[in-house]
Amino acid sequence: MSVPVLSCRGLRKVFGGHVVLDDLDLDVAEHEVVALIGASGSGKSTLLRCVNLLEEIDDGTIGLDGEHITDPRTDPDLVRRRIGIVFQSYNLFPHLRVLDNITLAPVRVHRRDRAEAEAQARELLARVGLAEKAGDYPDRLSGGQQQRVAIVRALVNSPRLLLLDEVTSALDPELVGEVLTMIRDLKADGMTMVLATHEMGFAREVADRVCFLDGGRVIEDGPPEQVLGEPTQPRTRQFLRRIIEAGRLQVG
Amino acid sequence: MKLTDHHPSPIARERAGYRKRQTVRSVLVAAASTGVLGTLLVLAVTGSPGWERVRQSFLDPRIGREALPEILTGLWLNVRLLFFCALGALALGLLVAVLRTLRGPVFFPVRALAAGYTYTFRGLPLIIVIYVLTLGVPGLRLQGMPPVLILGGIALVLTYGGYLAEVFRAGIESIHPSQLAAARSLGLTYRQTMRHVVLPQAVRRVAPPLLNDVVALQKDVGLVSLAGPIDAVRAAQIATAESFNYTPYIVAGVLFVLLAIPLIAVTDWVTLRAARRQAAR
Repeated sequence: MSVPVLSCRGLRKVFGGHVVLDDLDLDVAEHEVVALIGASGSGKSTLLRCVNLLEEIDDGTIGLDGEHITDPRTDPDLVRRRIGIVFQSYNLFPHLRVLDNITLAPVRVHRRDRAEAEAQARELLARVGLAEKAGDYPDRLSGGQQQRVAIVRALVNSPRLLLLDEVTSALDPELVGEVLTMIRDLKADGMTMVLATHEMGFAREVADRVCFLDGGRVIEDGPPEQVLGEPTQPRTRQFLRRIIEAGRLQVG
Repeated sequence: MKLTDHHPSPIARERAGYRKRQTVRSVLVAAASTGVLGTLLVLAVTGSPGWERVRQSFLDPRIGREALPEILTGLWLNVRLLFFCALGALALGLLVAVLRTLRGPVFFPVRALAAGYTYTFRGLPLIIVIYVLTLGVPGLRLQGMPPVLILGGIALVLTYGGYLAEVFRAGIESIHPSQLAAARSLGLTYRQTMRHVVLPQAVRRVAPPLLNDVVALQKDVGLVSLAGPIDAVRAAQIATAESFNYTPYIVAGVLFVLLAIPLIAVTDWVTLRAARRQAAR
């Protein structure tokens, strides 16, 4: 088997005496889509932030294409240029127009020609149906449109790995679909993705593997039909039962 | 349906009519109360027993006209000093504020120096800073000592730089950490994040208090006259001493207010615009 794009070994992260990640292992192969599920506080978001080096881990290693990115001698800026992340609250830059939000990194970080970067940004925007929004400021856009811009912003750097942190949680239900469609298209293009999500139906549809996190560990890992349909762990069953009661997963 | 096709219902027309009558009423009430209050004030001042005396020593048109050219010459000095000192203090304040945000042990001395600077110069009375720089520093008799006017300007820049640094820092710290996370996640370095993401938002947010401090600076630039250069207030003082009449002070005061009006108008406009932007969210 080839080297996994992402490889986490024995990750540990402590926040103020509270163990958030506890000896966590996770591998993600190229073109694979992994969905992280679990209750709030189970460590999904922390894991994604650690992988992007926004948080420093307390123990273990993270490998990106076989390179130890948690080695203090690696330059975190160089690592982040190979990983895209999309946040729950979009985090677009409110003082920049949509187009400038997208071209900031290509022009400033990757030193690409502005005209060329803008052409690429416009093309990506057109593909997600936001061509006419290029000149608008983010606060003029709906939540779903902002999140799609945020995804384009992460994609324009052609990352090896895309991390999606609860990207639909802040959206009104009727806006969730447009974002999910976009992620579905990304999967079709072969993008390697790790997504933390509460949308069990979506996890089932788009993920190659579903990982259930509890107490800072992956306690169940398998194809979506198995983890969401016939979970082996009692904690997973308990979690899914609560989700079904809350009406977020259709039975069967 | 098009916007123009809509005919307001009777109830909407009635509401609009009522609001219009209310507006007219409030304007009339405001005009009347302002008129009454103004008349009372004028009567109270001009009817006071000492009014004739005060009018002669503070509002003598002839003395005011005679002092005007000198005061205007002084005011030109104020304007030039204000321009350069405001630019200098804004630049210094921004630099110090950014230095104070640097993390990591390497930057400890820089951070400590920047913090010490803001503590010292916000605490130190401006007059003392001006005296030390314009009287003390030339006493060192170093080669190439700049003129007193420049030294006084440096004193102003140092003092106001301290205030402005804190305003800038408040702005920088008001930017949500998620903005930093988003910028760093795109691969921007700390410097690029500051330059392209944090500072543009921070400066916009604190523009009203910054301009407020510039208005305050406008009044304080005259203090360099303590060291010799003649500004508008000092020119008025000289004219007063020559004529035994205080009218030149009133002339200088009016000129200062006229000078401040455009600056204050810009401040209000910026504040209003910032508030509108917030409200739009």
